[in-house]
Amino acid sequence: MRDDLRVIWLIASRELRDQFRDWRILSPLLILTLAFPVLMNEVAHQAVAFFAKYGTNLIADRLVPFSVLIIGFFPITISLVVALESFVGEKERGTIEPLLSAPLENWQLYFGKLLVGILTPLAASFLSIGLYMFMVSHQRLHMPSFYTMIMLMTLTIAHAILMVSAAIVISAQSTSVRAANLLASFIVIPVAVLMQGESVLMFWGTDQVLWLAVAAVIVMSGLLVRLGISHFEREYLLGREFDSLNWRWILRTFWVSFRGEAKSPFGWYRLEVRKVMRRLAVPMLIILTLAVMGYFASYDWAMVNIPRLLPNASTQDMKELVNGARNSTGLAQTGQHLSAAFIFGNNVRATFLILLGGAVSFSVLGLIVYLVNVGLIGAVLGIFKLLGYSPAVLFAAGLLPHGIFEIPALMLSSAIVLQIGAALVTPQTGKSMGQVVLELLADWAKIFLGVVIPLLAVAAVIEAYVTPSILLSVMK
Amino acid sequence: MIETQDLSKQFNDFWAVEGVTLSVKPGQILALLGQNGAGKTTTVRMLTALLSPTRGWARVAGYDVSRQGGKVRAAVGVLTEQHGLYMRMTGVEYLDFFGKVYRLDADGRKSRSDYLLDYFGLAQASSHRIGEYSKGMRQKLALARALMHEPPVLLLDEPTSAMDPESARLVRDEIARLKSSQRTIVICTHNLAEAETLADIIAIIYKGRILMTGTLDELKQKVLGTPEYEALFSSPWKLNGMKVPDGATLIDRSDFRLRFRIENPREINPLMLRELAAMNAPLVAFQEVPRSLEQVYLKVMAEVQASRPEMIHA
Repeated sequence: MRDDLRVIWLIASRELRDQFRDWRILSPLLILTLAFPVLMNEVAHQAVAFFAKYGTNLIADRLVPFSVLIIGFFPITISLVVALESFVGEKERGTIEPLLSAPLENWQLYFGKLLVGILTPLAASFLSIGLYMFMVSHQRLHMPSFYTMIMLMTLTIAHAILMVSAAIVISAQSTSVRAANLLASFIVIPVAVLMQGESVLMFWGTDQVLWLAVAAVIVMSGLLVRLGISHFEREYLLGREFDSLNWRWILRTFWVSFRGEAKSPFGWYRLEVRKVMRRLAVPMLIILTLAVMGYFASYDWAMVNIPRLLPNASTQDMKELVNGARNSTGLAQTGQHLSAAFIFGNNVRATFLILLGGAVSFSVLGLIVYLVNVGLIGAVLGIFKLLGYSPAVLFAAGLLPHGIFEIPALMLSSAIVLQIGAALVTPQTGKSMGQVVLELLADWAKIFLGVVIPLLAVAAVIEAYVTPSILLSVMK
Repeated sequence: MIETQDLSKQFNDFWAVEGVTLSVKPGQILALLGQNGAGKTTTVRMLTALLSPTRGWARVAGYDVSRQGGKVRAAVGVLTEQHGLYMRMTGVEYLDFFGKVYRLDADGRKSRSDYLLDYFGLAQASSHRIGEYSKGMRQKLALARALMHEPPVLLLDEPTSAMDPESARLVRDEIARLKSSQRTIVICTHNLAEAETLADIIAIIYKGRILMTGTLDELKQKVLGTPEYEALFSSPWKLNGMKVPDGATLIDRSDFRLRFRIENPREINPLMLRELAAMNAPLVAFQEVPRSLEQVYLKVMAEVQASRPEMIHA
């Protein structure tokens, strides 16, 4: 095992040495790493003086930690190029084949590249942060606490691992350095957005949530590494030469998987939809467990927190809350009566959101969208309980008539997205990543068109024309 | 040892290699000949367990390429089409790096790299960056890398391309030495003279399919027909009732030369020489009319391109 790990370091150290011998990599990295803290220090200095004039010391206090976060982030984006070209760059230079022909395991090659990809940006980040902190310590700026620094360093490490693991996935799957560099935007932009959220949390001062963000980023990085190793194939690194978009192949692969062995629509239901449904047994169980937990957690939250919050709310606050809720769901435009088409469209949009969220986050965001929907039910029933209604009766009268169809549809959409996330990080021997994605999308389409759409259509009609009457008669 | 059976590789709709069946024993050299894009590199990559066969199987040094990729790669030394050298490393660092990858100990690495650098005349340049090496030096270093771990199987793609004649000779000598030490060697080459000199078995590959396999003599016999021999005389000489042995056919004659087509030279040629001696012919030489691998190859290619499907798998 020790020898196996030593090989990882061997691959990484060779590349590190190569980088340090290339002034074209080294000089911009050093200049930007060292220049940026100086610039940031000046900006922070001016900003602190500005905020001090208006007595907003809290912002001034938080400015240095915020700067540390930014300073740590920039060198990572600069040195991301090392990770981006780790595999595809060697392929273009023709050096990858002797390495692939050597008796190295896939994971050794992958972790060797990952290690060097992480070490360079982290070294640059820490150098930048160190320089900045040195300058801060020599000025009248508020020094962050040790605890805050630990959190900031952990966040920086988490960002580096996340970005580099995504970059390595791109590098192993791209056919040219140019394509890999273009795809880098899909790493830098989401992480920049993530950092904006973290910055808000930092100014807001909720450390616990920031630690949760760190944990989420690390989990995401782990999933990306798993994705990369699962789909790392020597064959694809050598076999593919062009980035040409083969629409015929894409459509054929999707269609073959979507149609399967079926010869008629009935046969498609009987064979193909059923096959996918059978595979969804375990994800459905997980989704069901999450639903129960989400429901009770939000119900409990509403019962505990709303009585505490309501007395402090003004009439204006309540009006804004109601208007906000109406506008956000489009209720204001639809009048009092919701049409079946509107409900159907809304639910279809939710299932698409679950797919989109899940597709970019190995199901995590998709499941969050699902849990928000489940949580809303729990919270609304909790509020009605506070108003003196029986949640069980309301559930039976206001939710169950259409929920019998709508809830399974929502659960199935979430289960298939969970299945997609799990399949993406599972090795699929002999299949390219593109093929795996297309087959998973075909599975999703089978469930969506074959089961979810019909269920949502029936649910929408019942919700528009049956549920309101039942609910009104119960509420009276 | 290398054995393949129906080895095939498909990329999307395209069969890069189809139905390749070969057998190369230890101490033998197989030369794989074919145009660019014929499937030589894909075949070598399957033998190195870099590409998995779509159909068929291959065993290299006793290991299955589909199931024991790691062991196959450890037993094979590969000289790739592109040299794949790290230009910012020195020659000695490069060999040391691959020595570590192949898990040689420090002493083993040192002695092997010293020997190889010395043998290929790179010792003086060993501490220079590879980027400063000439094309031929790079080729020699890449070959040294393939030999670093003394593999029982060698897969060499154009081993002497870009080399000056002395270096090419050096490499050919080394390949011959490796052959004599019971290594199994596959060479992909466009240099037909080299293949003729080194190879025990020759396979001609065209559009992914093996057109012909065999020893040089077998291929000559198959493609160019029965060998021709000529007797050269110092002064004009007529047949004067000489009896041509059975199995030999006189096909051309002049005052100073007779040309025969001989079915079985090993048996017939001694009889022929005896007969010529008995007739007091002023014989200067009795020799085979030279027929090169190049003639074989070009004829095969011309026939296959003129759509002679019967040539395939002859």
